[in-house]
Amino acid sequence: MGQTQTFPLNAWYAAAWCHEIVHELAARTICGNAIVLYRRTDGAVAALEDSCWHRLLPLSMGRLKGDDVMCGYHGLVFNSAGRCTHMPAQRTINPSACVRAYPVAERHRLVWIWPGDPALADLAKIPDFHWNDGAEWVGEGGTFYSLKCDYRLVVDNLMDLTHETYVHVGSIGDEAITETPFEVTHTQSSATMTRWMINIEPPPFWGRQIGRPGRVDRWQIVTFQSPSVVVGDVGVAMTGTGAPKGDRSQGVNGAFLAALTPEKDGTCHYFWNFVRNYRTDDVQLSRDLQRMHVNDGQGVYDQDHVVLEAQQRAIEVNPGMPFYNLNIDAGALWARRLIDAQIAQEAAHPVVLAARMAG
Amino acid sequence: MSTSGHSWQRARLRSVRDLTADVRLFEIEPSGAFIAPTPGSHIKVAVQIEGRPEVRSYSTVGLSADHIYRIAVKRAPISRGGSAYMWRLQDDALLTISAPDNHFPLSHGCPDYVLVAGGIGITPIHSMALALAQTNASFRVLYACRSAADAALADELRTVIGDRLVLVLDDAGMRIDFEAEIARLAPAGECYVCGPIGMLEAAKAAWQRSGRLAAGLRYETFGNSGRFASEAFRVKIPRLGLDLDVPANRSLLDVLEAAGVGMIADCRRGECGLCVLPICSVNGIVDHRDVFFSDEEKAANARLCTCVSRVVNGSITLDTGHR
Repeated sequence: MGQTQTFPLNAWYAAAWCHEIVHELAARTICGNAIVLYRRTDGAVAALEDSCWHRLLPLSMGRLKGDDVMCGYHGLVFNSAGRCTHMPAQRTINPSACVRAYPVAERHRLVWIWPGDPALADLAKIPDFHWNDGAEWVGEGGTFYSLKCDYRLVVDNLMDLTHETYVHVGSIGDEAITETPFEVTHTQSSATMTRWMINIEPPPFWGRQIGRPGRVDRWQIVTFQSPSVVVGDVGVAMTGTGAPKGDRSQGVNGAFLAALTPEKDGTCHYFWNFVRNYRTDDVQLSRDLQRMHVNDGQGVYDQDHVVLEAQQRAIEVNPGMPFYNLNIDAGALWARRLIDAQIAQEAAHPVVLAARMAG
Repeated sequence: MSTSGHSWQRARLRSVRDLTADVRLFEIEPSGAFIAPTPGSHIKVAVQIEGRPEVRSYSTVGLSADHIYRIAVKRAPISRGGSAYMWRLQDDALLTISAPDNHFPLSHGCPDYVLVAGGIGITPIHSMALALAQTNASFRVLYACRSAADAALADELRTVIGDRLVLVLDDAGMRIDFEAEIARLAPAGECYVCGPIGMLEAAKAAWQRSGRLAAGLRYETFGNSGRFASEAFRVKIPRLGLDLDVPANRSLLDVLEAAGVGMIADCRRGECGLCVLPICSVNGIVDHRDVFFSDEEKAANARLCTCVSRVVNGSITLDTGHR
């Protein structure tokens, strides 16, 4: 762990899509913790410290033996609670032998892991990501594993959509974004940036989605749930039909979903989706929207990643160089304040987490 | 054992309080970083025994929300000397302590738990019970001790967990019925035991007979209790021409190391099996205090764990790997 913690540990973080976790060993690094995930035969997901108690070999290099994991080096076996159930060349098992078992839950089509104090792992604290359930809203997203930037840079990116005008010109970018004021509100655990662009020409992407000529009201209501989930309620409706007052019936509504998981300091996993509540049976549209976001470097998220990774590299070659802020950064700064408060709270009361500690 | 590692720090003994006639609670305020102990954690304390620096491990008591470490130490008439040192300490004494570590972690989300304490073994069990009570888990605590007056921490625990605490008192002729207790535990439930080795062996035997998965029985041992009281004995190693006294308050391993015998050891609490030596002959009874050997291996008396095991009524002749 770095000198200054860059992420809280007492939080649920997305670790995988549910469909990715089968009866096989899958390695993930979450908040600097090497973790091995697998699905037990009863369907439940197990998440263990990916490091054998004995000689630290990653357990993910071993194999499943029923619902237990056998280390690929000396054959120690650990059950899904992390307890050792077999040791070679002795008739007993050292009672201290165990690996950490992480609290794990499946919700909203994602596997969530709590890397902090297990006693605090309350399922009610899983972020609201219901747009990803595949019911009322549909869309097929993906994951950028090991994206080479601090997860907070992605939060910055999503909490300030001014960048669309410059990074995503020709699709969702539009001068109207930079010309329209916005409002930032916040709670104890969330920050919301709201921007309404009234009576504008729709940018190319939204013009195709609404499928009708004419000017529109466009909204971007982006909510950060601390420490690492961002949901953007976005869309357009024919201008003058009451969308700002709540009637979106003459428009199209989408949501961009981001579950950002620190991998370690300076890298993250970015679970994303873009979902919509219109033309929900249109499988081709789902594919097209996915391609619009990720497409061999041509998608809008590909465009973001070029910027985000370059920004991280610039930060690393300029250690200690401050960020200066503009008024457009208010949403991102509220998000970072909430993250910082969580980190500070944890730093004030560190807890023995690892079964294995130096000393 | 060295106390120079980064996890050691100075601390102040804020206060002591007698919980019973022979169990004393120590409140220890670290001078530097505080790391909250999780249930089952222990801290190490640097002690002096007959002028020698040694290290003792004590389970932490309670959840330490106030950033104070608490340990409870039973004054043993014959001990390895740690308790006598601790009991001589006065308020404001300066201590050297380690950060907490946990070899006896409590699982989370188990459907049912039975926590079993024998005597001073209540210390980790007490912390576990408090943590389980906070999460509304299903659990019971069985606490065996000589008499109600000896039941350290029982009153405090009862105010939090009520009749989920069951006292099993020797002086009332009571004994823990492990068969029955394990039978009433939910199928995927876990049993945590901290107590003297006789209790642990009874728990292990009953657990094994129940047919449950071995990993569901959790226990911790500091290797300091046996079937017999500690007494002095002699050890001979013909290969090295050694004939040594092992005093009642020192381990066989310590005496061998002090005499220059090359030994490999790690856990020093009878778990890992590294300090094992072959027995050539024994005059008396070997009190196997480890959890490394199986019952059959202990009965065969071919080897012993030198870190914890002792001899009663006599002497022992050992071999070493020295060639």
